[in-house]
Amino acid sequence: MNVQLRETAAIQPAGASRLTVADCDIHPATRSEKDLHPWLERRWIEHIAQFGKPGRLGWATGPAYPKGQPNASRRDALPPEGGRQGSSLSFMQFQHLDPNNVELGILNPLGAGQGVQNPELSAALCHATNEWQIAEWTSKDRRLKGSVMGNYEDAPSAAAEIRRYAGNPHFAQVLLLTRTAEPLGARKYWPIYEAACEAGLPVAIHAFGYGGSPITTAGWPSYYIEEMVGHAQTSEAVVTSLVVEGVFARFSTLKVIMVEGGFAWAPSLAWRLDKVWRRLKAETPQLTRAPSEYIRDHVWWTSQPMEEPEPRAHLLDTMGWMGWDKLLFATDYPHWDFDDPATCLPLKLDEADRRRFFLGNARAVYGLG
Amino acid sequence: MTRLLPGTIDCDIHPSVPDLGALLPYMDDHWRDMVITRGVEELHSIAYPLNSPLTCRPDWRKPAGRPAADLATVRREALDGFGTSIAIANCLYGIQLFFSEDMAAAFARALNAWMAAEWLDREPRLRAAIVVPSQSAELAVAEIERWAHDKRFVSVLLLVGGSRPLGKRENWPIYAAAERHGLAVSIHAGSNYHNPPTPVGWSSTHTEDYVNQAQSFQSALTSLICEGVFNKFPDLKVVLLESGFTWLPAHLWRLTKFWRGLRMEIPWVDRAPADIVRSNVRLSLQPVDGPPDAASLNRLFEHLQSDELLLFSTDYPHWQFDGTEAMPDAISPALARRIMVDNPRATYARLGALQEEVA
Repeated sequence: MNVQLRETAAIQPAGASRLTVADCDIHPATRSEKDLHPWLERRWIEHIAQFGKPGRLGWATGPAYPKGQPNASRRDALPPEGGRQGSSLSFMQFQHLDPNNVELGILNPLGAGQGVQNPELSAALCHATNEWQIAEWTSKDRRLKGSVMGNYEDAPSAAAEIRRYAGNPHFAQVLLLTRTAEPLGARKYWPIYEAACEAGLPVAIHAFGYGGSPITTAGWPSYYIEEMVGHAQTSEAVVTSLVVEGVFARFSTLKVIMVEGGFAWAPSLAWRLDKVWRRLKAETPQLTRAPSEYIRDHVWWTSQPMEEPEPRAHLLDTMGWMGWDKLLFATDYPHWDFDDPATCLPLKLDEADRRRFFLGNARAVYGLG
Repeated sequence: MTRLLPGTIDCDIHPSVPDLGALLPYMDDHWRDMVITRGVEELHSIAYPLNSPLTCRPDWRKPAGRPAADLATVRREALDGFGTSIAIANCLYGIQLFFSEDMAAAFARALNAWMAAEWLDREPRLRAAIVVPSQSAELAVAEIERWAHDKRFVSVLLLVGGSRPLGKRENWPIYAAAERHGLAVSIHAGSNYHNPPTPVGWSSTHTEDYVNQAQSFQSALTSLICEGVFNKFPDLKVVLLESGFTWLPAHLWRLTKFWRGLRMEIPWVDRAPADIVRSNVRLSLQPVDGPPDAASLNRLFEHLQSDELLLFSTDYPHWQFDGTEAMPDAISPALARRIMVDNPRATYARLGALQEEVA
């Protein structure tokens, strides 16, 4: 699952897919925190050196649960020149972008300031990360597009950051994480959606984050696998919150892309929401349509980690229920649970659906290409 | 409409405690004094606001007071109303919400005594779950032991949301006692609300809280499997009540995929999660949180890959359907028989023998 056995010495098309693809979840990393220093005020560099940048998590460094392997990344993705997986553009080009025929790659920087408790430090780190994406990635490889990062717990500051980059061709979306201080449908986050709509940018909501709530409604589980599986439940809770709190009813042009939280739960959640809404609709006069209709019009999903039912054909039912225009291919490069475009979708697909999945849907939702 | 078969077992009905006073005769002097002196209020949880449409079907509402709060009503509306041969009473009263373990234990003891005397003694078609002070495994086991001799108690009732994940070792004495006595462990929708009702914090609506119950069940199932509860207690039957079931296939796909990738972390889990669910976990029928069309619902039944998973339930008096249409039309006659009769009997070890007596 995490070591690529296929030979990549010679650049070749994307294996069996033979298609150019859009990869909607790539994680660029800094070689070290110094990479961000050109865009950080001296006071923040000193602040971090003295006090760190704690979030709602007890560990001074590292994740809540030890990952399955270092940096949760492919062991074969370490750049030959040194540095963490995902920190070298040239190696990313060699190992992933070129051989897999990536035409459009969406950058989702993680651990880059979002979720840091000090609100000004969080905003400063997010801004530095935005500039770093342009300087180190998107201006050097036109296939790559960045994500506007902001301190989402201070929505006005995140909205200002979005407006600062509105119309900037280096950015394709706004990035939020699922695990926030309150569910993302809460009013405190609405300035972000307003600014994203103004800027014409989709809002991607990537699994993970640091909101402080346990990842289960019964408290903190024991194992990393429970956290990984749990990202589906947090993503479901986020979609539920966005719909029920009326975010889509209020922001009619908002596009939300759920990233790395699974997608096979989407039909069941929509059915359940519709059923409960019909019974309890007196509570939510802000909703003028059934929840499933808001989801249909406003929410997309990335594919990685690809669901693997046995038999695989069951997935066709799921994709049919979701709609073939709703899924965006993603690899999660350089993380360990990388999905290879050549092997991730071993289904007999209609060629048009296949093209939509690998490229067309992403072009449409991002308005690119 | 799919007719209910003779011998149908309703695995989830909710007789109500009419008011706190009903339990006082079953409390000892100290706790009765505490209730009165301290002015303890009714133990109603925010999970089911009294006047929320979900909490009671319109034709089962009373001009005043709680629904399903006396035996004559439950007989008429639930037992005779659906013609079920057996119905399992899962009493939802906020005992799990207390922060004091002792107070929870006192109320659980009173509730079970009240259930035995006021309901089970008077109606042979009723069975019940033992309500336990889940705040303390030690006290919960004591409560199980108190009632285990009474075969009309067929299960142990826990709530899906709580303080710590259900699979954690601190809860294992409860599962050991249940397995030892042939009691199923029933996990019902609801929470003690000691953690937020969604994994991303407190929502602002009852709608979100109820929708998110399905996610709570997903996490609980993950916990029970990953902690190795079913390895330790292979004969344990866990029943998810009022859980919905259409989320199950997708959840198992994801859990199985990560188990393949990360099983080094939980090496005791030596079978695929879907296999464990097929042997040890069951889910109640209502609410059917499924697709509106019959063809899709039948596709979902195929995704479940077993006809043994679902147990008939009405969720009375909660408003999940109208009339007597508890069984969706899409369900084939063979599957319907399993859901209504065979599966409940195979799940609750204590039902098989007793049902023969009743017949």
